[in-house]
Amino acid sequence: MHYTVDAGLYALENPDADTPVFVSANYKMSFDALRSALPGRNAWILVLDTRGINVWCAAGKGTFGTAELIERIEASGLAKVVSHRTLILPQLAGPGVAAHEVKRRAGFTVRYGPIRALDIVRYLDAGMRAVPSMRHKTFTLKERCVLIPLELYAAVKTGVLVMVLFVIASGIVGPGGWRDNMLNDGAFAALALASAIFAGAVLTPVLLPYLPGRAFSLKGFIVSMPVVVVLFLLRHPDITSAAGMLESAAWALMVPAVAAYLAMNFTGASTYTSLSGVKKEMRWALPIEIGAGVSGLVLWLSARFVA
Amino acid sequence: MAHFEYLKNVVTLEYREEKCIGCGMCIEVCPHAVFRFNGTRRVEVTSRDACMECGACSRNCPTEAISVQSGVGCAAAVINGMLGRKSSACCCTTDTGNPKTGGTCC
Repeated sequence: MHYTVDAGLYALENPDADTPVFVSANYKMSFDALRSALPGRNAWILVLDTRGINVWCAAGKGTFGTAELIERIEASGLAKVVSHRTLILPQLAGPGVAAHEVKRRAGFTVRYGPIRALDIVRYLDAGMRAVPSMRHKTFTLKERCVLIPLELYAAVKTGVLVMVLFVIASGIVGPGGWRDNMLNDGAFAALALASAIFAGAVLTPVLLPYLPGRAFSLKGFIVSMPVVVVLFLLRHPDITSAAGMLESAAWALMVPAVAAYLAMNFTGASTYTSLSGVKKEMRWALPIEIGAGVSGLVLWLSARFVA
Repeated sequence: MAHFEYLKNVVTLEYREEKCIGCGMCIEVCPHAVFRFNGTRRVEVTSRDACMECGACSRNCPTEAISVQSGVGCAAAVINGMLGRKSSACCCTTDTGNPKTGGTCC
């Protein structure tokens, strides 16, 4: 575990009994973001044991929670270190910590600071007051782009295996020699799948607010349409032949299915989707995605045999 | 910047105004400005569809005026749940290995 810091009470510069106390997670990135947002300032930082998980996720799981906070207040002897009784928590700790419970059981008043550590100095200097923009969780282009490598990694891990299987299958059955089949149909299959991953895991996050619809699957489906068109322009399928028809139909089903599925998975990385909403979306989207994917696969295999 | 809203009329957020004591904690913790003061020392729900069911408001409401079935809106977690794997963790499990996701995951 390279990304954890030890739980406990830390001093920044030269804090005394009147210095503000900040509470953070023991995920190194959370701790460092807080530290670097307070350059040259005196502060106490009470680090909770969130098992190396960031504030928001840990609060959702309850590890950044009321019980852990109260325990850490007692274990650190905080009441003897400071004379005031105020703790500043990151706002996104809210799902895990009940401020009134902390007050009742440990005697400390919880104040929720801004969402971003970068706003802390402004919050402090305004007398612990946050303007509305500090309280609003954004999902900017930059914030979305940072997530793309992770989405891509997850998709490509499975995707490469599927591509290899398509290339091998192209070689085994088909009209020409195995080598030609693999280089022609197999390579196109790999390209089509890579394009579908690109649509779902890259284009969807980047274009998220501009894509019509609210459901992520719908956004992924829509963004896959131009991708399908480009693939057809590259492929120039012979749609007068049964094999050409079947193969075209196969990719017209599989590419949107994969893109929509990956777009749907991006709900987990987004900052505004609700569980009820995701369940509702999945009830209609998942059967369609699986149905389109499987029928596309059947059509593609049929194309290999009729050719 | 565009204001994001997910599906309409789906969240489980419930608010009983008669229990509200106007402490404003829900306004303070909500990351999507779902609540605001209505001028009568109580809060009102202004953008219900912006709610992401994180549960911060109900957790911090001292009079239990707010209830919500909280959870993480993550398709992968729902699928893991359907497959009988551990469901609550979602994308959060990956962030210990990848510092890049930082606080933005889930």
